[in-house]
Amino acid sequence: MDYIQILSNEVYRILFLLVPILVSVAMIVWLDRRVWGLVQKRKGPNVVGPFGLLQTLADALKYIFKEIIIPASANKAVFILAPIVTMTLALVAWAVIPMSEELVLSDINVGILYLFAVSSLGVYGIIMGGWASNSKYPFLGAIRSAAQMVSYEVSIGIIIINVLLCVGSLNLKDIVLAQKELWYVIPLFPMFVIFFISALAETNRPPFDLPEAEAELVAGYQTEYSGMMYAMFWLGEYANILLMCAMGSILFLGGWLPIIDIYPINIIPAPIWMVLKILFLFFLFALIKAIVPRYRYDQLMRLGWKIFLPFSLIYLVLTSSFLFYFDKLPKGNF
Amino acid sequence: MLAHSVFFYFFSIIAIFSSLMVITSRNTVNSVFFLILDFISVGCLFIMVGAEFLGMIILIVYVGAVAVLFLFVVMMLNVAEQKQSWFIGKKSTHIPIGLIVSVLIFLELLVVVGGWKYKDDLMSSSTLNLSNISNTHQLGLVMYTDYILYFQLAGVILLLSMIGAILLTFRQRKGVKKQSYLNQISRNPSTSIELRDVESNKGVKIDD
Repeated sequence: MDYIQILSNEVYRILFLLVPILVSVAMIVWLDRRVWGLVQKRKGPNVVGPFGLLQTLADALKYIFKEIIIPASANKAVFILAPIVTMTLALVAWAVIPMSEELVLSDINVGILYLFAVSSLGVYGIIMGGWASNSKYPFLGAIRSAAQMVSYEVSIGIIIINVLLCVGSLNLKDIVLAQKELWYVIPLFPMFVIFFISALAETNRPPFDLPEAEAELVAGYQTEYSGMMYAMFWLGEYANILLMCAMGSILFLGGWLPIIDIYPINIIPAPIWMVLKILFLFFLFALIKAIVPRYRYDQLMRLGWKIFLPFSLIYLVLTSSFLFYFDKLPKGNF
Repeated sequence: MLAHSVFFYFFSIIAIFSSLMVITSRNTVNSVFFLILDFISVGCLFIMVGAEFLGMIILIVYVGAVAVLFLFVVMMLNVAEQKQSWFIGKKSTHIPIGLIVSVLIFLELLVVVGGWKYKDDLMSSSTLNLSNISNTHQLGLVMYTDYILYFQLAGVILLLSMIGAILLTFRQRKGVKKQSYLNQISRNPSTSIELRDVESNKGVKIDD
């Protein structure tokens, strides 16, 4: 009976993580639309519930009651699997995100690699959806987004190596604790900017939303999806955006650490700092959606391969030589 | 230990089943999907042994990059349904060669595995201290000291093959317009607008 107890304990902990994430995804969609509205001098959703907070729930209800249409020529198994894969991968990555020093579901040694691996798997949901729809626009959208995500992953990988050089550990907790004196956003500021832009490209957000550029590709890989399956793509996308914000705040903004460690500020509990930093990064994401026009596809590829990749490589050399000559390389615990 | 073996058999059964499906599935795209499943379950097996770094690297490199390119190529070539399956229908000319190659590989594996010698006390050895150093540190300590030459050589070979692949597929087509960002940004009305008097019935050539 021991196993059952362990199992139920684990299920309880997982639910305790998943439910807040799903709720905050709903809230974040509302926030996104509000910020977008404010930039354009509109009000945004403000009718359902106080300040329109329940708008996303109303939308979700609408999606649930809509019919799911599967195209006759679609590959049914893959077609149904695609939104499930997107959603699952977006949620599974949250297992390693530390909200405070104790509050983490699984504290694994290779946390940052795990995050990188799961975010690089995210491309499968899109390719599967685009291919299984058996239609021109979704396929083109899927091909575009696959190329885009693979290219920007490369520069994200090198940026992560930059941070790891300063930390000396792949554990997410160690990465945060290493920033106690100085957040990495200050010495690695150019890397932070490139990380942020690559995160925009990785999550298919404007100005890099080419997979669903509605003027050219209808809705990209989501064209044939309807009802709850569309909603799952949508939720997965926003969960991924939140994940990228969390990753940015862990790598560069010092995770759950307060801004300065003095009395009135450091009594605010750690998870609140983490949430505030995620929200700040998300606010930037939302602002950029509202103020920047869409890139052309060749410009996007050029930016990824010819500018970001060489620049982050050069910065990697600079970081490592700085650390080497000033004898600041992390010694590690071995 | 029970849970451990349950998980081990779970992942290994999935790995074997999906690798069988890779070669028997008639839809090529489906077999790539099964290949991905195979990679993932092998990665999980690596993590179960305690080699979490290798498991994650398999996920990142094979599943995140290599398999995506496989999928790309298979989808673009549009070979979704194979015309003839290899176990029924017409005889394929590829079978003899494939059989020869696979028998050779099998023999090679037999020789290698048969000649393999394990240390007697591999798991209980006192010199091999695996417990208090993390897997990644261990790999780094070995790779950048004892095997630095091989590591660097592997890197150079990869770089060479990358350059070779780019050179082989690189071709410059004539008559294709290229957009130069510098020219686009530095345009101004005086260089890009031109007024012409057009004689009637003559027309004017714009694009030359």
